Amino acid sequence: MDELPIQSGDDVVRVRQQVRIVAADCGLSLVDQTKLVTAASELARNTLVHGGGGRARVEVVKSGNGRSGVKIGFTDSGAGIPDLDLALTDGWSSGNGLGLGLSGARRLVDEFELASEPGAGTSVVVIKWSR
Amino acid sequence: MERVPIVKIGQTLFVSIQIDLEDDSVVRLQEDLADELTATGARGVIIDITAVEIVDSFIGRMLTMIGSISRLFDAETVIVGMRPAVAITLTELGLSLRGVRTALNAEKGLRLLNGTA
Repeated sequence: MDELPIQSGDDVVRVRQQVRIVAADCGLSLVDQTKLVTAASELARNTLVHGGGGRARVEVVKSGNGRSGVKIGFTDSGAGIPDLDLALTDGWSSGNGLGLGLSGARRLVDEFELASEPGAGTSVVVIKWSR
Repeated sequence: MERVPIVKIGQTLFVSIQIDLEDDSVVRLQEDLADELTATGARGVIIDITAVEIVDSFIGRMLTMIGSISRLFDAETVIVGMRPAVAITLTELGLSLRGVRTALNAEKGLRLLNGTA
């Protein structure tokens, strides 16, 4: 298990690289690796830009039926998200982006869990299973 | 932050992205390209992303913006060399790169710009 800080644009790149290594080791196909790394990039940027920085935890997990997968948890202690449903809507953006970061990342992974409270930070956990 | 070099050949600016792009590098590339376009009067921009392993929503938006900015300087942008896994992921992410042209490789991109495709 690796825990990585997300405090700068450099760190976002390092998270992507680490996720790529773990996903390849775990036996994810090239397309699935690319999807997971792209989702990680979106979420790491959110942690940096909206959460004011935080950390990412990358680990290999096993499912009940023996498949392995890559689990990544992002946590920050930023302002939090007041309306989770709205934040997950395609095209909705709190800034000047396209509003595809969170909703797009959710489409690219197999499991997606978002928890946030205003003032108490945000945590996103995603899993991509090998096929 | 690493910078992406821009090379002018004839009437075309060539950009080959060989680094793991951080957001600042893409923003910088956008500014550098706008400067180069005004300085050189180039009519086309070819961005080779053969070595780019992922294009997320930020990078995708920046590529689209580079296309729009180039057009304001009377230049066309062609993105070339996208990897299959990147194309699949971009589509699932919901990004269409509307407004920029694409070609399989730099040679075809150049032909597209020269109107001989």
